[in-house]
Amino acid sequence: MSAAAVEYEPVIGLEIHVQLATRTKMFCGCELSFGDPPNTHTCPVCLGLPGSLPVANARAVHFGLMIGMALGCELAPRSIFHRKNYFYPDLPKGYQISQYDEPLCSGGHLGDVRIHRVHLEEDAAKLVHVGASGRIHGSDASIVDFNRGGTPLAEIVTEPDLRSGEQAREWLTLLRTTLRQLGVSDVNMEEGSLRCDANISVRPVGTQALGVKTELKNMNSFRFIERGIRAEVSRQQKLLGEGGQVVQETLHFDPASERITSLRSKEEAHDYRYFPEPDLLPVAIEQAMLEEARAAMPELPAARAQRLEQEVGLSSDSAHQLAFRADLGDYFEAALSAKVDPAPPAQALANWVAGDLVGRLGGDDGEGAGGGAGGDPNHSRVQASALAALVGLVSAKRISVGAGRQVLDRLVAEGGDPLAIVQSEGLEAMDGGEDLSAIVAAALTANADAAERVRGGNAKAIGPIIGHVMRETKGRADGGEVTRLVNEQLGL
Amino acid sequence: MNNTDIFDLSSAQAVAAIDAGTLSSGELFDAYRARASNDELNCFTWLAEQAPKDATTPPSQSPLNGVPLAVKDLFCTEGVPSQSGSRILEGYRPPYTATAVARLEEAGATLLGKTNQDEFAMGSSTENSAYGPVRNPWDPERVPGGSSGGSAAAVAAGLAPWALGTDTGGSIRQPAALCGIVGLKPTYGAVSRYGMIAFASSLDQAGPLTRDVTDAALMLRHMVGRDPRDATSLQFPEEVSLPSAERLDGVRLGVPQELTGEGIEGGVLEAFQATLARAEELGAQVHSVQLPHAPHALSAYYILAPAECSSNLARFDGVRYGARAQDAHDLLDMYTRTRHDGFGAEVKRRIMLGTYALSSGYYDAYYGRAQRVRTKIAEDFKAAFAEVDLIVTPTAPTVAFRLGEKTADPWSMYLNDYCTVPMSLAGIPAISIPCGLSEGLPVGFQIAGPVFSENRLLDAAYALEQVLGFDGSPARVSGAGGPA
Amino acid sequence: MIDRDEVLHVARLARLQLSEQEVQAMTGELSAVLDHIAKIGELDLDNVSPTSHVVEVTGALRPDEPVASLTREVALAQAPAVSGDGFLVPSPQA
Repeated sequence: MSAAAVEYEPVIGLEIHVQLATRTKMFCGCELSFGDPPNTHTCPVCLGLPGSLPVANARAVHFGLMIGMALGCELAPRSIFHRKNYFYPDLPKGYQISQYDEPLCSGGHLGDVRIHRVHLEEDAAKLVHVGASGRIHGSDASIVDFNRGGTPLAEIVTEPDLRSGEQAREWLTLLRTTLRQLGVSDVNMEEGSLRCDANISVRPVGTQALGVKTELKNMNSFRFIERGIRAEVSRQQKLLGEGGQVVQETLHFDPASERITSLRSKEEAHDYRYFPEPDLLPVAIEQAMLEEARAAMPELPAARAQRLEQEVGLSSDSAHQLAFRADLGDYFEAALSAKVDPAPPAQALANWVAGDLVGRLGGDDGEGAGGGAGGDPNHSRVQASALAALVGLVSAKRISVGAGRQVLDRLVAEGGDPLAIVQSEGLEAMDGGEDLSAIVAAALTANADAAERVRGGNAKAIGPIIGHVMRETKGRADGGEVTRLVNEQLGL
Repeated sequence: MNNTDIFDLSSAQAVAAIDAGTLSSGELFDAYRARASNDELNCFTWLAEQAPKDATTPPSQSPLNGVPLAVKDLFCTEGVPSQSGSRILEGYRPPYTATAVARLEEAGATLLGKTNQDEFAMGSSTENSAYGPVRNPWDPERVPGGSSGGSAAAVAAGLAPWALGTDTGGSIRQPAALCGIVGLKPTYGAVSRYGMIAFASSLDQAGPLTRDVTDAALMLRHMVGRDPRDATSLQFPEEVSLPSAERLDGVRLGVPQELTGEGIEGGVLEAFQATLARAEELGAQVHSVQLPHAPHALSAYYILAPAECSSNLARFDGVRYGARAQDAHDLLDMYTRTRHDGFGAEVKRRIMLGTYALSSGYYDAYYGRAQRVRTKIAEDFKAAFAEVDLIVTPTAPTVAFRLGEKTADPWSMYLNDYCTVPMSLAGIPAISIPCGLSEGLPVGFQIAGPVFSENRLLDAAYALEQVLGFDGSPARVSGAGGPA
Repeated sequence: MIDRDEVLHVARLARLQLSEQEVQAMTGELSAVLDHIAKIGELDLDNVSPTSHVVEVTGALRPDEPVASLTREVALAQAPAVSGDGFLVPSPQA
């Protein structure tokens, strides 16, 4: 069999680091910060001063348990912190306190991807390369800011169950929504509160053994992860197809050039010399902690999607769309429960939330804070009850869809009450009476060519005629009614 | 009160004299300050210029009445050099104070000075200090023991009424023995380690070095207790009481064969046996017990402690504090030369040993096995304490040895800890009291008990102390202003 | 017990520069110590669990409540090299 005949299947596992939204750091009482002046959130513990000792943050453990519960993990009654020893300027103690062979959570799954483990650890400080401008004795320099050092992290490791970059991206979206729903993290990739590495290998289709894997590091958006994985998979497939071999190494994906480069350091292979952290006792998970975590668990996206579909009666697509973006789901449910008359049908409301509204709010690639600061309808000027009222009016044909969209434009820009806008702008739907008939007749005259083509059987040619009517009526006319009148007047 | 009288007072007696109004805390501080500034034994690495203002007018309500305290250098003291005997921390002034020191200060103790020690507490002779060796007041040609050698020599020489030390494998008890004073290593966790520059975290414990057993109890009382900043610290289950026992009736003393035979110097064994006889006169029953794994304690200790130290000392990297090698051409060069220049030979040896023991391929053979030996040693003690109340041994196998005598052969130096390391591994308390002289040099008698048995230890030590009538004054005379 | 290459490897892991003389001394001294330590290899320790902490207590967690941080001046006060508001180091990328 020639090498070209072998088809290679990608095998992908993810390692996700999530900064936990506690108030204080993992092992000291310094407040977490983002964007504060450098080195203003430090203490003897997170600076690694001689004699200082770590004490684990109870809330970080609590959040870890919630993550474990959400992912269906087995929660260890007793877990142990280890020291991971290596030297780097962003690591003040010369070791990172992490978990090794006895993590807080093991096993579990989210969707169809199995979870290997979830453990707690501390984040490194921030190292800013200042290059030649800050040279120290002929060496380029870096500056260390310890504000971030010691931030609690949950590391979530999946089994190698993913088969494509696209699947990885979709799964990460679900994970992020789940974590956001839990309230355990800001899960913001731009700010680094969600970071993802991918372990990638390929193997001949039909085989079970794993190929040599590479690690793709620090991709800072879901789209880059998708593209990076795709690029690395093709690289490996091409390499093997040409009879080459994959080398185990750490790689960097440059989204601008789509190029993959090796991060292989000049140093010898790491030997982290893990050993149990003697300054910390094993974490014993007591019944009370489990109960507290259980009580704090919100409805998770998968359960919400099921409820929206089965109890609210949304289409499967809409239900997932709203459930997997918690901000949309929350907004939708607030709108649905608003007391408005006429009340909007649930599916119509869902379509307006996920379609027209999100479109007007600057959209969302799903990666900003809270789903993109501009994309979260809860933070927009459009009150949930206002959207409910608007959709109610449209659904009851009190205003046309076009007029409804005009009202929504106003709501997005200024907020306010849809009914008041309809009245002040005179946007009530025109019925099919004399006025509209006359405007349609005028439109047919003004667009004689188009009218002729419609009469000739070209239904698509109706566009300019309807456009004319809409202009004349400022969009108040109901599109269906206009079409009916056009056809009637053309004798069709 | 004239100065001679002042120096005759134990700390507890000084507290009482200040209570009685026959002595002021300022007077006491000045007397010791003057004497310590004539330190010819190299006990101190830093001396307070004067007592803090609030201590010169003693708050009579404070239990320690401003009695001056010498503190081992490795305790962080805010704004005061805390160098742990190392070049790499030369001039380092921490922004905070260790909990043990802070508690003693809250109880009214006044910081007199910081005492010299083996670098990062690694050593048994205080010859491994970047700030020069400490000398034994009984014979300045001999070592005071270590690593708390500066604290022990200062107390023995009467340069401080009492001192704070730390014990990882014997670093309080062995120098106390070699200097003829009392040294107590409490139960692991009894005293907060927060602010103690770490050597081996799972073994380090702070404790008193004092002239007598009562002072040891008094200091311990004001050190113990859970500290929210040390996750391994524990609530002491009872009040530490001042000892008062006169008899040892019914107390079963266990003599482990493994720690009282081969390797113990003849003169030391003699003094030990004589002390056992005095204990029997006080009503104690002496039993032979077995600690089968005790002979392996030293091996386990010299894996576990270096392993922890190799990690604990990784923070000395020249980035945030301490010395940094000049003109480094890159980061790796900065790290390796900073640490080469900053650490002494013994510290480097232990960092190497510990790094090796933890490294890939060796962990199970060394670290993993040592942890299991530790389990067996703790079990040995548990079994022994089912038969006896306390276990007694000589504290150190020899009396004070000459400077330089053991520096060429690391293992011969490590053997100093032979009798003290098993208790450290088991986390149990042990006290050393002076029990006599051999070749004109003090011999220490070690009493160990189960976890949190400090009150019983102190009582037994006190009863023995009363009948032994050990006279430590020769050292105080020779230590003051140089050898007599 | 430990050879020169291992000494050099361990020194590199520990970020310790050693002179040629120190490498030689260290090789001999560590080998001698390891010879003594090797005796624990003779013990039967199957089915013995390792002790990491002599005292087993639990619940030593810290409430998630902020405490005051050091001022930047204090944090940087002891640093060998400072640039502006941070600790200055030779760049790892250099």
